[in-house]
Amino acid sequence: MAFVFLLEQVLNGLLVGAYYLLIALGLSLIFSLGGIVNLSHGAFYAIGAYLAVTLAPRIGFAGAFIASPVLVALLGVVIERLLFRRFYRSDPILSLLLTFGLAMIIEQSLRMIFGAAPLPFSIPSALRGQVFLGHFIYPRYRLIIFGVALAAVIATWFLVYRTAFGRVVRAGVQNPDMVGALGISLQPYMTAVVALGIGLAGLAGVLLAPISGVHPAMGAEILTAAFVVVVIGGLGSFWGVIMAAALVGVVRGLTIYFFPPAGEASMYLLMALVLLLRPRGLLGERIQRFE
Amino acid sequence: MAHSDDLTRRTLLKGAAGATAIAGLGMPAIVKAQSDVIRIGHLTPITGFLGPLGEFAQMGVKLAAEEINAAGGVLGRKIELVIEDSVNPQTASAKAERLIERDKVAMIIGEISSASALAIGQVADRTKTVFINTGANSDALRGASCNPFMFHIEAANSMMVTAVGTYLKTENMIQGKRWYSLTADYAFGHDLFRVAKKFVTENGGEFIGEELVPTDATDFSPYLLKIRQAQPDIVASNLAGNQITNFIKQYAEYGLQFPITGFGFDTAVAWGAGKGNFSGIWPLIWHHMVDTPSSKRFVEAFTKAYGKPPENQSWGDYNSLKIVAQSFTELKSADPQKLAEHLRKGAKFDILKSREGYFRAYDNQMVQEMYAVRAKDPDKMKDQWDIYDPLGSVPGPNDDLEVLAPPKDGTCKMQA
Repeated sequence: MAFVFLLEQVLNGLLVGAYYLLIALGLSLIFSLGGIVNLSHGAFYAIGAYLAVTLAPRIGFAGAFIASPVLVALLGVVIERLLFRRFYRSDPILSLLLTFGLAMIIEQSLRMIFGAAPLPFSIPSALRGQVFLGHFIYPRYRLIIFGVALAAVIATWFLVYRTAFGRVVRAGVQNPDMVGALGISLQPYMTAVVALGIGLAGLAGVLLAPISGVHPAMGAEILTAAFVVVVIGGLGSFWGVIMAAALVGVVRGLTIYFFPPAGEASMYLLMALVLLLRPRGLLGERIQRFE
Repeated sequence: MAHSDDLTRRTLLKGAAGATAIAGLGMPAIVKAQSDVIRIGHLTPITGFLGPLGEFAQMGVKLAAEEINAAGGVLGRKIELVIEDSVNPQTASAKAERLIERDKVAMIIGEISSASALAIGQVADRTKTVFINTGANSDALRGASCNPFMFHIEAANSMMVTAVGTYLKTENMIQGKRWYSLTADYAFGHDLFRVAKKFVTENGGEFIGEELVPTDATDFSPYLLKIRQAQPDIVASNLAGNQITNFIKQYAEYGLQFPITGFGFDTAVAWGAGKGNFSGIWPLIWHHMVDTPSSKRFVEAFTKAYGKPPENQSWGDYNSLKIVAQSFTELKSADPQKLAEHLRKGAKFDILKSREGYFRAYDNQMVQEMYAVRAKDPDKMKDQWDIYDPLGSVPGPNDDLEVLAPPKDGTCKMQA
């Protein structure tokens, strides 16, 4: 019987991995393609959640599910044009400071507009309920999150690795000067990449708002975990992030099964272990500009 | 004389200019403070995981100041609040000192974190300034860490446990029941669980699961699976702040049906959960449905000012300032030493409940009625604030109020 409970934790850990993946994917994208360590990623996640809470009563959850990530992505366009654009080639410490400041401004703005208290938000009644598979229990809503995360991963992969758009962006990472010499302006491409990454944060915000507290510091709350996933996966690696998210979800679940107080610490231990044995992360590439 | 090179005339001049500038900024405020206003310091966390409660605290104390000033102030002087975010114990201690030394506040109200309350309490003791704690629950603050200048309008953990425990007993939820608890893994949670476990086991209940939950956990699903595996009779929360919001949302998501209760609670975290998520029986020091004339007046004024009903944290800060104003008026003085003596002598105060409250001299704890509430059926909720039904108050109308107060176990030794 103990085996069954362990297996249940492992499968549940994979579901939780989807939750981490949704948050980490956009972070990884902006870092690997733009070279910006976006500490304000969590803040955009929070904006996505607040937009969902604000929009859902007017246009329904389905409407908010579409509209919020799009609005957050449009905000990403503005942020890229005004701020990020100036920092692609500079010392990473500068973009770190920039996005750290941005995160604080956004969190405080949310507090001033909506107040510090959590805002009520629930899973829409059509998506409530649980699915029972033998002994196992799966909330229907988590399966939906899993499906959306999967779709987001496939779509992002297709865009970056199978389209002309992706080829230009990847070429730009390796040699921006050559891309320019070929007569291609990289700027609109980078705007699109940042908008996509930040839009993914918004998507995570909408999806997780019904199952976690919607409050101004919610972004700061998940940001560290998202970074851990990106670092374990290997900076700049697409598949590494996916593996890392699943791994963190499973390891955390098993740790809570055996020794709950270490539940959150387990992901940091895992990160330390991975970095000790393999400093570039699971599938990290060597990135010239940082070495 | 190697040092003479470093200490140039230029740095000396800069230092002197800086000192003058600081003095110039500070001076007029102090002179003004002593003449026509009574300054009161308000120090509570408004950022971080207790921030949501801190915001309600500020609303409460501001409303009290407006009401007092509208009625002519105290001793012919207006109340002026100096409001600060206490952030963490180190900052809380530094800011408490600054409020007292620089802003010359007559006393300090506030705090929610037990660790920060301890830090402010030490400053209060050293400077002989009254501090009324409006939100920190740790029993240790009323025990080994007590001092003559730190007062507690907020209930101790043991009072919360006894209040809800009394109702759990009448609902037959303790005797012979198997309990599973989730506890916030820091000082407050540990203290709360210790008292809760004592109460439950003394009344014939048994703990089959005692889990510690890190304060930065946002996903509770592994815990929920373990609870489902254990099949307990009762699930008990000793969680704190936003943890409770996340927990009750995901408990509903996983559709677990074991009855929930909790020993520490704030209405804001349940208001923030959303429809269909909140369940169980919970203790409160006060809630907006308490049916007394003064309570109703407070709820009405608060709702008018802020567009929502007051939370239990607003109650503490609102009443603390009212108590101080009333005491200054009775004493005909705003002297901190006299205020401390007056409060400790057992002066009674209307704290919006059916019986008056008083600070007992043993540990400066406000002795008062407490309440328990039961989550409402989602279909019967009138609006987003209407989430629970009152179960009543403890102690009963004919019982001694002190039955609820922490035991006088001799750990508190007041040095007069």
